[in-house]
Order: sequence, then C-alpha cells, then structure tokens
Amino acid sequence: MANEVCFKNMHLDRPWTLETYQSSGGYSVLKKILREKTPAAEIIDELKTSVLRGRGGAGFPTGLKWSFMRRDEPGQKYIVCNSDEGEPGTCKDRDVLRYNPHALVEGMAIAGYTIGASIGYNYIRGEFWEPYERMEAAIEEAKAAGLLGKDILGSGFDFDLYNHLGAGAYICGEETALLESLEGKKGQPRFKPPFPAGFGLYGKPTTINNTESLASVPEILSQGGKWFVDIGKPSAGGSKLFSVSGHVNKPGNYEIPLGTPFRELLELAGGVRNGRKLKACIVGGSSVPVLPGELIMDVDMDYDALMEAGTLLGSGGVIIMDDTTCMVKVLENLSHFYMSESCGQCTPCREGTGWLARIIHRVEKGQGEMADLDRLEDIAEKVGGNFYKRQGGRTICALGDAASMPVLSFLKHFRKEFEYHIEHKRCMVRS
Amino acid sequence: MSDSTTITIEIDGKSIQVKPGTMLMDIADDNDIFIPRFCYHKKLSVAANCRMCLVEVEKAPKPLPACATPVADGMKVFTKSPLAIAAQKATMEFLLINHPLDCPICDQGGECELQDVAMGYGGDVSQYDEGKRVVNDKDIGPLIETEMTRCIHCTRCVRFGIEIAGLQELGATGRGENMRIGTYIESALESEMSGNVIDLCPVGALTAKPSRYTARAWELTHHDSIAPHDCVGSNIHVHTFRGLANRVVPKNNESINECWLSDRDRFSYQGLLSNHRLRDPMIKVDGEWQETDWNTALEKVRDTIADTKENSGSDQMGFLVSPSATLEEMLLLKKLANGLDVSNIDHRLRQVDFSHQNQQPKFMSLGLPIEALDTIDAMLLVGSNPGKEQPIIAHRLRKAAKNGAEISLINHRDYSLSMPLHCQLTESYTGLVSLLAEVAQSLPGFNATSLPQEAKALFDKAEPGEDSRRIADSLNNKKISAVVIGNQAINSPCYSLIEVFARALAEQTDSTFGYLTEGANSTGACFAGIAPNRKLGGEIEDRSANTTTMLSEPRNLYILHNVEPEYDFADPVVAVETMIKSDCVVCLTPFISDDMKIYADILLPIAPFVETSGSYINIQGKIQSFKGNTPVENTQARPAWKIMRVLGNLLHIDGFEQLSSADVLQEFESELSAIKADNQANITEVCVLDSVDSKLLRSSQVNMYRVDNITRRATALQKTPAGQEDAVHINSNTAAKYNLNNASRVRVKQNSTAVGMPLKIDNSVADNSVWIAAATNVTKKLGPMFGVIELEVD
Ligand SMILES: Cc1cc2nc3c(=O)[nH]c(=O)nc-3n(C[C@H](O)[C@H](O)[C@H](O)COP(=O)(O)O)c2cc1C
Ligand code: SF4
Ligand code: FES
Repeated sequence: MANEVCFKNMHLDRPWTLETYQSSGGYSVLKKILREKTPAAEIIDELKTSVLRGRGGAGFPTGLKWSFMRRDEPGQKYIVCNSDEGEPGTCKDRDVLRYNPHALVEGMAIAGYTIGASIGYNYIRGEFWEPYERMEAAIEEAKAAGLLGKDILGSGFDFDLYNHLGAGAYICGEETALLESLEGKKGQPRFKPPFPAGFGLYGKPTTINNTESLASVPEILSQGGKWFVDIGKPSAGGSKLFSVSGHVNKPGNYEIPLGTPFRELLELAGGVRNGRKLKACIVGGSSVPVLPGELIMDVDMDYDALMEAGTLLGSGGVIIMDDTTCMVKVLENLSHFYMSESCGQCTPCREGTGWLARIIHRVEKGQGEMADLDRLEDIAEKVGGNFYKRQGGRTICALGDAASMPVLSFLKHFRKEFEYHIEHKRCMVRS
Repeated sequence: MSDSTTITIEIDGKSIQVKPGTMLMDIADDNDIFIPRFCYHKKLSVAANCRMCLVEVEKAPKPLPACATPVADGMKVFTKSPLAIAAQKATMEFLLINHPLDCPICDQGGECELQDVAMGYGGDVSQYDEGKRVVNDKDIGPLIETEMTRCIHCTRCVRFGIEIAGLQELGATGRGENMRIGTYIESALESEMSGNVIDLCPVGALTAKPSRYTARAWELTHHDSIAPHDCVGSNIHVHTFRGLANRVVPKNNESINECWLSDRDRFSYQGLLSNHRLRDPMIKVDGEWQETDWNTALEKVRDTIADTKENSGSDQMGFLVSPSATLEEMLLLKKLANGLDVSNIDHRLRQVDFSHQNQQPKFMSLGLPIEALDTIDAMLLVGSNPGKEQPIIAHRLRKAAKNGAEISLINHRDYSLSMPLHCQLTESYTGLVSLLAEVAQSLPGFNATSLPQEAKALFDKAEPGEDSRRIADSLNNKKISAVVIGNQAINSPCYSLIEVFARALAEQTDSTFGYLTEGANSTGACFAGIAPNRKLGGEIEDRSANTTTMLSEPRNLYILHNVEPEYDFADPVVAVETMIKSDCVVCLTPFISDDMKIYADILLPIAPFVETSGSYINIQGKIQSFKGNTPVENTQARPAWKIMRVLGNLLHIDGFEQLSSADVLQEFESELSAIKADNQANITEVCVLDSVDSKLLRSSQVNMYRVDNITRRATALQKTPAGQEDAVHINSNTAAKYNLNNASRVRVKQNSTAVGMPLKIDNSVADNSVWIAAATNVTKKLGPMFGVIELEVD
C-alpha cells in the first residue's frame, strides 16, 4: 500500500489547490477540532497512539514532543516547521510543499491549536523557490477561506502562518540554528538545555517539526492513530516518504509503509541502473552509515531493523550506488560537504571537518599514506564519537556526528578501496 | 550547608553539596578542581563552543561540557578520567592544528591561556600535515592590535560586546573554517570599554596596540594602583618595564570595577611617557626660562609667597587644585593655605554656579554604593553622560537596565548609552531646569512650598508632557530609585536650581539623591577643604569666594597644582588671561607646555599618578590608597606631597613633619573613618536665571580623553574617534533656523572669542542648543562651556 498520507492526493489534478485538497476531505479535521473544541490532550493521545516519529531525521515521537509544551501558560508560543531540507539525498519535503501544501497548513494549524501557539513559521530551504510559491499561494487561499487568521471559523482560535525563505545553509536545518536564523542572526545551533519547548524562538516556548511530520497530522487524526500505526510497525507507525536517488532507473520520492523490505523499494524505483550490481547504499541521507549492497538487500525499512543492520533511517534519503562507484570519491564529496557546512562555532567540528576533508582529498588524489586511514578514524571519533561503539559526539549539534559517520562507515566497509588508492595512486574501480 | 535546597554530587570522588541547576564548571572552580576552558568566562553567557571543558559524567553517552552542564542530584563527574582527558586532549589538538604557534613573537606569550593549557593537554608532535589557515588582520582602531590567525573562535570578545559593552562591534561571519571574528565593515571600535577584549581574548589575537612588542609578560613588574580619571576609582595593576609604565590592566574588585576597565583608565599611562615631561625645576628670569635645582626653585617659591603675603596680603594668593590630586596633596595644600591665612583655594575649576555652595553637604557622594546600581529599579540622571564620564557607572546601569530597571535621563543632548532607556529628555541648559520642574509637576501631590522662589516660579509655569509624567511615575512607583546629577549638571550655570529640583524629586519619591563628580577625588577635596568655604575635614563655613571670584579679580600669586588653565577651567580664555595678568604663577606639574611657558613663572616637576603614592576618596566615600613607583628616568620630579612638606617647613608652618604619604593621612584617621556620605542638605539659595530667551546656547561636555593633563597626552586615546571629536553639533531645526543647512564649517563666537570649526548636523542635540566638547585644542580658545553663543558660516 502506498501514497496514503502525504502523497494521498498525488494522483489528483493540481493537488496543491485548496479545491482539490478539500475535495478529498482536507481541512475537515481542523474544522472538527475547532467546532468541537477537542481537548489538546486528546489530540496528543491520538498522535501517541499513531506512533508518528519525527520525519526530520532523529525519529523523536511527535506526540511526546507536543506534550512538552505548557499550552495553558500565558505568553506567546510558536510552532515552527522545518522545511530546510538540506540533507544530501533527501528531497521529500520539497514535494510535500509542491504537491500537498494544504496538508502542511492544516497540520500546522492543528499543531498551533494543540500546543497553544497562535503564530507559525515555515522555514523553507533557500533554493526551494517553486515550493515556496506554492506554499505562499496555499496560505493565501487558506486565509481567504477563513482557515487562517483571527478567530478561525468563529472558534476564537487565532493562527497566523508565515513562510520564511532560508539563505542556503545546511546548518539552518538543525532546529536551534533554524531558530537563530529566523530571529535574523547567524545560523548557529544553540547549546541544549534549554530545549526549544522551554526557550525557543525569541526565547518563547516553541515546537519544531519536520514538514512531513506536520503534513501527516491531518490524515492521522482523520483516520485515527490506530489506522496509522497499523500501516507501519508497532514501534514506528505509518507510511513514510523515501527519496531514492543515484544509480536507479526511476529516481524519485516514494511513500511506502515503514517496514517495507528494501528490495521492494528498490524495485519501485526501477532497480539498479543498467541492471548493474548494487554496490552500496546510504539509506537515510548522507549523514548515516553506508551499507554494502549485500548487507542492505534483505533489511526492512524501519528504525529498528536498520539499526540492527548497522545504519539509521535518518531522513529517508536513499542513495543507491552501483559497482562503478568509487567509494573514495564519494567520501571525498561528502566530507567536503560537511567541511563547508559546519557552522564553525565548536572546535572539533570547525577544525576536524576540514582536516578530514583534506586528508580524504589527498588519498583520493593518490597522495595519501597508510597511516592516514587510522588517522581519519581517530579524527572522526574525536569530532563525532563512534556510531559503532555507541559513543556520542563532542559537539554542540549533531553535525559533528553526521560528519564522522560516513568516514567511519566507509572505512569499515570499503577500507580496501582506500588502501588501493594509497598503494597504487589510482582508483580501483575506474582504472 | 546541607538542607532541602541543596543536592549532592560527586566530582572526582569528592562529595559536594550544591544548589541544583548550578553549572559544573562553577562548582569545580569553587572547589579548586581545575577544568581547562577557553570560551567560559564568569561574567559572560555560556557559549559552550570551545569544548575544552569536556568531562565524563556517569551514565552520559558522551563527554559533556562542564561550563554548560547543570548539576543533578547524585551526578558523578570525572574530570580526569581517561575519557575526560582524551576528550580534552582531542580538543586541544584541534585548537592547535590551525594555530600559528608563533609564541616567540606573540605579545600574549607567557600569559596565554592557550599556551598554558597546551602545556598540560597538548601533544609534543602534531599529526597535522596539511596547510594552516591564515586570516587577514583587521584594523579595529588605535587601541587594539589584531592577529586573527591566532584566533580560537571562543567568541568571548563577541559576547562582551553584546552583553557587557551593550554595543556589538565584533561578530562572527562565515561558516566552518571560514568563520572569522571581525567588525564586518572595517572600523575602529567605539565602545569606551573596548580594551577589555584584550584581557578576555585567551590568545594573542587581540592585544594592546600601544604596548605591542615592547616587553615580554615575564619582564614586567606589577604594581597595584587606583585609576585617576574618574570618581569611580577603578582598581588597576600597573605593569612597568625597567621602571616605566608599560601597560595597565584591571585588578578585580567586585564592588567597584569588577574585572573591567575603561579605555581611558587602561591607556592613559601613555601620557606619563610623553616628551612633554618637565624634567627639572624651572624659573623664568627676565622672560627667559632657566633650569635650576630644587633648592633654588623652592627658595624662590618661598620668597615669592612670603613677599606676597607681607606686601599684598594673603588675599592676593590663590591655590587652584586639580580634582584628581591625591588626598595627601590636598591636605598639605590646605595646611599651607591655612598657615598662610589664604582662603582662596579651590578644586571646582569648571563650576560656575556657586549660589548654594554654603548649603551643600559636607561630602558629595553617589548616595549609595557603586555596586548597588546593579540592582536599582529606577534612576533619573540629570546632566550626565556616564558612558563617557564614568564608564563603569554606565556599565552598572546597563546591567540594571537589562534586568528591567527604568533609567531616565535629562540632558542637553540625547546621549547614546548602549542600554535600553526609559526616557531621555533634552533641552538647552536653561530649558533643562524647566524639564525638571515639569517632572515635579507630574508628581502627584508634589509639595512645592519648600522650593526657593526662583524654583517655585518655574514649577508654577511648568506644563508637563507625557515623558515627564513617565519619569515621575517611574521614580514614584519603583522600589529602589535614585536621582543623580552628573558632571554637566555640576558645571551648568543652573547647577543650584538643578540640585534643588533633583533633591526635591528624590525626597518626595523616596529616592536616593547623589552626585557624579569630576575628577578622581572631588569627595577628597571636600574633605581636605579645597574650597574657600570648607575647613580641613570638610566642615562648611559661610563664604562667598570661589574659583570664579578668584579669577575675575586677578591675584598677585597663583599656585596651580596639576592644573592647565587652558583646558581645566569653565572658561579657559579667562583663566589664561588671568594667569598672564598675575605677577607670579607657580605650577606644580608633571608636564611643560608652550601655553604654560607663557603664563607661568616657576615650574616644579611633580611625580604624577603611578610614580607617587597617595589616596583617593571615590564617589561612594571609599578611601583607596596606592603606592608609588620610581619616577621616569632623567627627571627631578618629586612626589608633590614631599614638595609641599618642604615648602611648609621653609615657611615655618607647623604640621609638616610627615615621613611618608601615609603619615599625612594618619593625622586625619578618625575624621576619615567617620566620613558619612549621606548628602544631607537643605538648599534655599539658588541662582537667578539670566534671560537668554531666544538666544542660541552652548552646552558641553569635557572630551572624555582630555579630562586631565595625563589623558591629554595619551597618544593612542587621542587617535580614537572619541579623541578626535572636535565639531560644532546642532540639530536640523537649529540649522534651518540659522540658515546653516549647507554649511560644513562655522565661525563660533562666544564673548570676545571666535574660532572656526567643522559643523555637524546632529539631531541628538536639543533645539536652540549648540553642543561643543570642552578642553580640546580648538575650544581652549573659546569662551565658557555653557553660555550664549553665535554661529555664522565660515
Ligand atoms: C546538521 C543538521 C541538519 C538538519 N537538517 C534538517 C532538515 O533539513 N530538515 C529537518 O526536518 N530536520 C533537520 N534536522 C533535524 C532537526 O534538528 C530536528 O530534529 C527536526 O526538525 C525535528 O522535527 P521532527 O521531530 O518532526 O523530525 C537537522 C539536524 C542536524 C543536526
Ligand atoms: S557541531 Fe559543527 S555545525 Fe554543529 S554547532 Fe558545532 S560547529 Fe556548528
Ligand atoms: S569552556 Fe566549556 S565549552 Fe568552552
């Protein structure tokens, strides 16, 4: 079963319009909640039943996150949507914004109602111009229909929603850096505690969720938490969007139930390009450990199974690499990314990501030495801990961990290729 | 102290009772457990970015930063476990890979936190083999040198700007390895406290420009002292190199300057090294200056004094004394004056309204401890720009304002104080009194019956606006409130009226009344009786003489102590003319100048601050003594108190047997310990307001880097934007009214004087007011700080 939640309307004509959205029951949940004044606790319980886990990468249970907000305490509160989607390999939120913007508007309004926030911000990745326009249009439509603004449908509930376009920094996807950026400051993660639920945007209680998480909420509440959890796994409900990219015949976003075997997803995406052999796969966006083809084929796509297999579900960005891929080159590319995107505030990440990238660059160019490989592992561990030893990183945010996981996993599974580069001063795959 | 509000944690096996929520770092510090750190600073917010303080916490999946980890009950912390040490060493390795390791040519070498911590946590051989980062230096002004390749990105300097100075001038731009600390657009720092970033910078990225490359840290000798330029009395360490002052850094004193120092106090020492130092006693013989020895010079002074007393009478002698002279010097001068029957002695050199001088309190003080400003709820400051006059006071008020205190100002100009203000009202110097009358009017139930006639008339006329009401409400409703009058109020021609209203407002709103005075020792001057109407000990007697009367009828003999008439008086032109008309002017001075050569007749070289011992009484009434260091080489300069002692003996006056400056104070020990700085006074005598309606009025503030003879010679301070300030400021209304909209220079006329100056249209200035700094090289040729003025296109 596919396309039941965020991509539910994908087959309809112009699914981004209010008309289409409403034709399939859109905004009925919001209206019902406002009409019946559904207690917030009831909504949170339903979400808990659904076992919706955050789709931004960390997989934190959304119902639990919402319950941290003291909705009845006086003072401004905010709901913020993280549409910064910068994780390499991931482009699912882009399509939620393009094809189902009203689900996000409705989801954010429901979130606002539940946590007591009368203002919402949707922080959109700087390069997402088309999605931004779709979102702007959706907000205008919703406003005109009285579904946003003051005293929505006479319920007494006020909710204003604004889009904010980022300026191209990956780090602004980290939730507290996102808040800093929204406040007009340099996008740098904050040290936690305090957490956003206590001290968030402009110092006020704030909930931050991923686009897909929020856009899933209306359908969950419409069909019930039980329905949602039954689609997926008891430990992670629902279907989820996976962005399949790389060496496949039909790259794209696929909504499939959590727990679907990897093999089926690969088939949906048309299989490996040119019928070649699957060499490796990064299943959860560039920050999670890589797995060799033979280790991933039979794994189910859910949090627990992937963890057991030695990787993470992350943001669901599935990067497929066939046997023509040079793993050294891939790691060089990834490490360059983390070097450029480190915000620069904490020492290990600022200094370590550049060091890693430079060594890998040398190795790729055939200018490395064997000791470089141990050194890479040593540096990676000093920046971001060691996933395999279950040791956390030493930095303010998880970018440090994200930068070190590829290094450790590439060396764990493909060390021979690196050694070949050093020994023969050329690539094993492409020579 | 084990009770329900404390919890127990364990650090390195030691069980400690702590308040929940405290950060691990603070607890470790209190218990002498050392955790390395760079970004942490006790006065700044927690940034947790350097990662040097990582420690192991039981059950935590990763090492945690001690500076940002609040304690929880039962927490077990290991600061020196293998995991903790490995994490700390890893951070050290990262900090060093791109650091230039140029310690041998780095000014910070020997007192560098990175160097120190690297000794403990750094490796001896680096496994880093790549090219190192190089960062272009920024020119951030004459006080601070940058060497940004050394920067370790701790952001202490950035947080200082935002949190302490209230003015963000430094910030971080760029990501990752390209993160840079700088001003973004190249500009000199303008905060009056900017030099503190030198102390805050743990490495040699920000160092003191004036002392750069002059000495290594370990070659310097440290002397404790007290800063001599404002009434705060910041505690300092003077670092000397081969006997010469090489730099000044703050000495921590939580109740005064904490760990901060104003730029003026930090860099003024350069004045001591000026080549205008007076090396030998000098006398003018037939219009020619001659160097001489001390005996000859002092005998000459004695003879002149004795001669004047005998032939012209004591009233023909005048003593004019710097308000920053030491207490000991002041006491001996007063004794000399008493011994000679001279009542003409004064330190209130820039004051012009003395109407209420006989009703003023015995001691002038802030009325509350400096520290108490932090927790004040409301304050009305009148005629004051503390940021430029007493920077530490401004810092304390900024702290209060950040915690919600309502700080209001009534001034001649809208001063930017880098803090949220409740209200700032501006008016010309006469209008300022009317503003005070309006605030009084707005106060419900204000009792005007006790006001002197002149004040009552203003009160009756007042038509309060919304802002006066807000100020009145703020004083009335807030719990701890104060009304304080500052330097510009004291120097105003309406001083007495300002004080009457300020006192009435304070009294009727249950607020404290206080002063912020000029120089480092105005309170000491009250005590020593450095005013014609004050006795030794401070007691007031009814006298009408004062600085103005002393100058308006030129005396035969003036003794100037640490004073330069061309800069230090309300009306420099009158002061200099008077000196020239006098038969003899004796200057006790560390410096010689061309002006001085014209009006003076005998010059006695005295040892200035740093080189002499002494004491100041600061604005909260605290006596702070300091030791002296040897005077600079090649000078005959002597501590002034010694010169006065010799003079006393030469003149056969009793009471000059002191062997040390401490002996001078000894005599007054009991009186000094009884100083009660309560500002009690009942003022009924006030000035009569001149009719200046519709005239253009000058108001002014002494340029912050020209307040005394030392700062005026501090070269780096002179090069700062503030030091260069020399323009006529008027607002656009005034400019329009006088057709000056397009003028870039104006001719300024005051009394019989006229100078040409650049014109700045500046809407911070009140209507019909002209704001011109005092004590500059241009304005020394201009009339009084406050008064009628004319402008025309130059
Ligand atoms: C370096 C970094 C980048 C991140 N980028 C994104 C992003 O682009 N989009 C996103 O939703 N979450 C991103 N996250 C995760 C967010 O911090 C946060 O966990 C998430 O927005 C929470 O939403 P959820 O609970 O709905 O998943 C990023 C985290 C890190 C450390
Ligand atoms: S880990 Fe990197 S990106 Fe995250 S806060 Fe630290 S320096 Fe910035
Ligand atoms: S001192 Fe704790 S992270 Fe810098």
